[in-house]
Amino acid sequence: MFPRPIEHTAPATQLLYKVALPIALILWLLPLLGVAMTSLKPSSDLAAGNYFGLPSYLAFSNYADVFTNSPIAKYIFNSFKVTIPTVIGAVAISCLSGFALAVYRFRMNLVIFFLFVAGNFVPFQILMVPVRDLTVSTGLYNTITGLALFHIAFQSGFCTLFMRNFIKGLPFELIESARVEGVSEFRIFWYIVLPLMRPAIAALSVLVFTFIWNDYFWATVLTTSAETQPVTAGLYSLNGQWIAQWQLVSAGSIIAAMPPVLMFFLMQKHFIAGLTLGATKG
Amino acid sequence: MTGSATTAIAGTQEHRPGIWKRNQRAMAPWIFLAPGIAMFALYVIYPIIASMWLSFYDWDGLGEKTWLGLANYAELFDDEAFYTSLYNNIIWLVLYMLAVPAGLFVALFLNQTVTGIRIYKSLFFFPFVISQVVVGLIFSWFYAPNFGLFYNLIEWLTGTGLAVLADDRYVTYGIIAAGLWPQIAYCMILYLTGLNNVAPDQIEAARLDGAKGWKMLWHIILPQLRPATFIAVVVTVIGALRSFDLVSIMTDGGPYGSSRVLSFYMYEQALSEYGYRMGYGAAIAVVLFAIMMVFISGFIWKMVRDERGL
Repeated sequence: MFPRPIEHTAPATQLLYKVALPIALILWLLPLLGVAMTSLKPSSDLAAGNYFGLPSYLAFSNYADVFTNSPIAKYIFNSFKVTIPTVIGAVAISCLSGFALAVYRFRMNLVIFFLFVAGNFVPFQILMVPVRDLTVSTGLYNTITGLALFHIAFQSGFCTLFMRNFIKGLPFELIESARVEGVSEFRIFWYIVLPLMRPAIAALSVLVFTFIWNDYFWATVLTTSAETQPVTAGLYSLNGQWIAQWQLVSAGSIIAAMPPVLMFFLMQKHFIAGLTLGATKG
Repeated sequence: MTGSATTAIAGTQEHRPGIWKRNQRAMAPWIFLAPGIAMFALYVIYPIIASMWLSFYDWDGLGEKTWLGLANYAELFDDEAFYTSLYNNIIWLVLYMLAVPAGLFVALFLNQTVTGIRIYKSLFFFPFVISQVVVGLIFSWFYAPNFGLFYNLIEWLTGTGLAVLADDRYVTYGIIAAGLWPQIAYCMILYLTGLNNVAPDQIEAARLDGAKGWKMLWHIILPQLRPATFIAVVVTVIGALRSFDLVSIMTDGGPYGSSRVLSFYMYEQALSEYGYRMGYGAAIAVVLFAIMMVFISGFIWKMVRDERGL
C-alpha cells in the first residue's frame, strides 16, 4: 500500500493524521457547509448581518417557502420525467450495441466503436443549432420527450463504450459453447450475456441518472417554460427572481442537489465502479 | 462491408430460415447495432455536419439562409469578443489541469485504512455529485461582495474586500476555482481506485531497496497509475473546453463579456436575447470543435493503440 499505512508510523504522526482529516474535510466542504447553514437561517438573521454565525433558530420555513412560493416541485418532477426514461433508453440501447461491438468480429467494428467514443467527447455547441432545429421541426421543442430523446441518443455513446468494455471482460467461452450447442444469437444475448451484465447496468444507471439530472445546457436549449424545465434550468430562473434572498437560493440549491446525492450514497459502490471503469487496467 | 451486404439480402428473404441460420452471425451485430447507430447518427453525427455547413450561411433560425462563404470566419478574425473567449478557454485548459495533480494529492492523503475513512472518501467526492448549477450558486455565495466568506477573508487579510465576480481581472480565475472543486474530486476518485490496484509486491520490493517518499511515488507508483492518469487527463481537458454551466450561472459572461468562453459566446450569439445569429454561432462552434478534435484524436489514437495491443 502506498503511502505507508499510518498505523506503521510514530504515534505523533498518527495523531496528527487523525486531527488533519476532519479539518481538511471541513475546509474542503466549506462553501457547501456555508450554503447549508444559510438555507436554515431566518431572513431576519441575514438582514441583521448574521452571515457567519449559527442561525438564531433553525428556519425550516425557508424550505417550505421554496416549495409553496415557487414551481420547484414541478421542476423536480420534470427532472424525474426526463431522467428516468433517459436512463432506461440509453442503457437498453447500449446493452445491444455494446454486445454487438464486444462479441462479433466484423470489419467496421472498431470504426463504429470509436465513432461512439469520439461523439461522446464533442462540444455540445456543435450539436446545438441542428438539434434544436430537429426538435422544433418534429414538434418536440419545449417538451419532455424532445429533451429525453436527445439525451438518450447522446448518452448512448458513453454507455456503449462502457458496456462494450464490460462485455469484453466476460468469459468468451460461455458464448462459444452456447454456439456449439446451436443456441441462436438472440438467445445468447438474452439468456447468457444479459444476466451477467447486471452490475454494469446498475453502475451505468446510477451514472446516467446523475449526468442527466445535472444537465443544464440542453435544458436551457430545448425547454423554455416552467411546465417542462428540469430543476437545473428552473433554479437558474428562480435565482433571477430571488435576488439577494440567499436563504431561499440556498434552500433551493440543496433541494435540487438532493436526488443525485441520495442516489450516490445509496448506490455508492456501483457509482464508483462505473466512474472508474478503465482507471485500473489499460 | 460483407456485414451490411448480408443484412440487405436477409431483408428480402427473411422468412427462409435457412439463410438466417447460416448467416445469423454476420447479420446479428447489425441488428443489435441498429437502434444505437440510428439515434447516434440522427442526434450526433448529422448535427456535426449540419453545423459545419451552416457556418457558411447567415441565418436567423427562421427565414431564408443566405450563403456567405467564409465571411463568418473572416468576421471572427476581427471579433474582439472571440479573442477574449479563446484566451479564456486557454486559461481554463491550463488551470483546469491542476485538478489532476491535486486529485492525486488528495487521493494519497486519503489512501489509508483508519476507521471511518470510507465516509471521508465519499464526503470528499461529494462536490462531483452535485450539479454545476448548484456549484455555481454555492460559489457565487462564497464570493459575494460584503458578506461572502471569500470576500471577508480577503478583507481580513488585505484590508479591502475583493468582489471576484465583478472584477474583470479575476472573474475567470474565480469561475475556474469553482470548476476545480468538483473536478479535483473526480480525479481523486480515479486515483483512489488506481492506488487500490497498485501491485503490493512491487511496493514491498522497492521498500526493501530503500525507495520511499517522492522516489517511490515517481518511479514505482506513478507508472502503475498510468491508466488512471490517462482518464483523469481526458475528462479534465474535455471538462475545461466544455465549460459553460458555471459561466452562465455565475456571471452570464460578464462583467462586460470578460468571462466568456467559446462555448458560452457561441450560445450567446446563436440563441439568446443578443440575437439569433445561427450561422455565426455555428462558425464559433466549428472553431471549438476543431480545437477539441486535436485532443480527441490524440485520445482515440492512444486508445486504438491499446486496443490493438490487447
